[in-house]
Amino acid sequence: MYNEVVMSRFQNPRNAGIITNADGVGQVGNVRSGDIMKMYLRIEKGVITNAKFKTFGGVSAIVATDVACDMIKGRTIDEALKITNQDVLKELSGLPEMKTHCSVLAQEVIADAIKDYHKKLEKENNKKKK
Amino acid sequence: MAQNRDVYLDNAATTYCNGEVFFAMQPYFISNFGTPDSLHQIGIDAGQAIDNARASVAKIINADPEEIYFTSGATEANNWVLKGIVEAASVKRVIVSEIEHPSIIETTRWLVANGVEVDYIKVDENGIISIPDLLAKLAKPACLVSVMTANHEVGTVQYINTIANICAQNNVYFHTDATQALDSVHIDVKEMEITALSLSGHKIYGPKGVGALYIKKGTRIAAFMHGGHQEHGYRAGTYNVPAIVGLGKAIEICMRDNGINNARIKQLRDYFIKEVENKIPAVKLNGHRTQRLANNVNFSFQAIEGESITTLLALQGICASTGSASSNEWLSRSHVLQAMGVSDEMINGSVRFTLGRSTTKEDIDYTVEHLITIVHRLRAMSPLKIGGTKNV
Repeated sequence: MYNEVVMSRFQNPRNAGIITNADGVGQVGNVRSGDIMKMYLRIEKGVITNAKFKTFGGVSAIVATDVACDMIKGRTIDEALKITNQDVLKELSGLPEMKTHCSVLAQEVIADAIKDYHKKLEKENNKKKK
Repeated sequence: MAQNRDVYLDNAATTYCNGEVFFAMQPYFISNFGTPDSLHQIGIDAGQAIDNARASVAKIINADPEEIYFTSGATEANNWVLKGIVEAASVKRVIVSEIEHPSIIETTRWLVANGVEVDYIKVDENGIISIPDLLAKLAKPACLVSVMTANHEVGTVQYINTIANICAQNNVYFHTDATQALDSVHIDVKEMEITALSLSGHKIYGPKGVGALYIKKGTRIAAFMHGGHQEHGYRAGTYNVPAIVGLGKAIEICMRDNGINNARIKQLRDYFIKEVENKIPAVKLNGHRTQRLANNVNFSFQAIEGESITTLLALQGICASTGSASSNEWLSRSHVLQAMGVSDEMINGSVRFTLGRSTTKEDIDYTVEHLITIVHRLRAMSPLKIGGTKNV
């Protein structure tokens, strides 16, 4: 059912785990649909220097989040936001059609984590102003 | 650490074909290739072989041979019984349980689309159908009640005798899909007043593509396949002689050996359940603990997902399936566990292990050992915590 790229990543995900005091944390999905992706980002001077994930879900959900972490590391926030689900699919050499929604979730969790980063940044700036 | 081995724990999906069955079938492909419709010796031989198989099928459920109709499997038998009884009935209303196999559920959807009224009987948290709900639904006239003998996902065995009695008292036909139960649950269609029963070859170490429908003499039911005069004209089509012979042989073996087989399998099942519950935290056994098929183990593992578990098990040579394995896309969220009120998280974390005649204690130990590692590994990757079952 899954290609070799997917299976090898599933057996040895590179980015599973959390980043303590992450600069941005995103979460998408729900238990009902069977996928929850959580992404942790370390962002320094607008560049994503580290990304980790925790995922509840099937093979596709786990590998899509894992590969997404790799794809955004070393990129600026703007570059990361330009990554689409198609890019994720390409990086995985494809997913079964019934599972392509996992690539969409991966795209969404990047955006959600960056949104959280902006929120945190804004809070801090407000604090400084005070 | 044990060496890598092949452990097949998906016997509810299909079993291997028993060697005795295979050898019994062999002559009917090449030398005894006749069909009973012919009057020459080669045809007469085939007719005799079919009669013998029919007698075996009848014997295991205490039916008369002329009440057995061969089909291509249980799916066809289930389609036929629902559509055929509704067609011949004046009251076009059917009652089935919520946890039936897709071959019943999807057929009822087709019936609904064609103007038939269908009601679904509720089940409790163990998958046992609610008798009060059945009685309430029987207050309004119906032509047929269909409840499976045992469930394909969670292995819960119904109190078929009670249900059949209630139907008889209400003058409603009663059908049971005995596909998963034939080799381990005692069924006597006469004593239990069962109108119709479906069974299949490939779940009982017989060949695929063959099954049968028992229909009690005198039952009003329309023909299913139109064509030749086979099966009294109710199910036309050239006999699949080798498969029918195989089905008969598989059933003979069930009657001969199942006392021993089931006692052993049941012991392994209970050992497996105990091991998992003792060694893995936050698990839930789905289905009834005792009113359960001898070979079925269905666990939900909290905070992780079934497909990930079965994929990692498969890499160790262990074949199991996710809760929704036999379902189609429409039913992909296990309608069975949903009907039993299992939480979304636990539905997604369910895995079915079905033991068989070839399963050994070493297989179970090997499986448990890997299951411990796999569950631990996936939980370390999960954003959900074990303990609370709150939905995110």
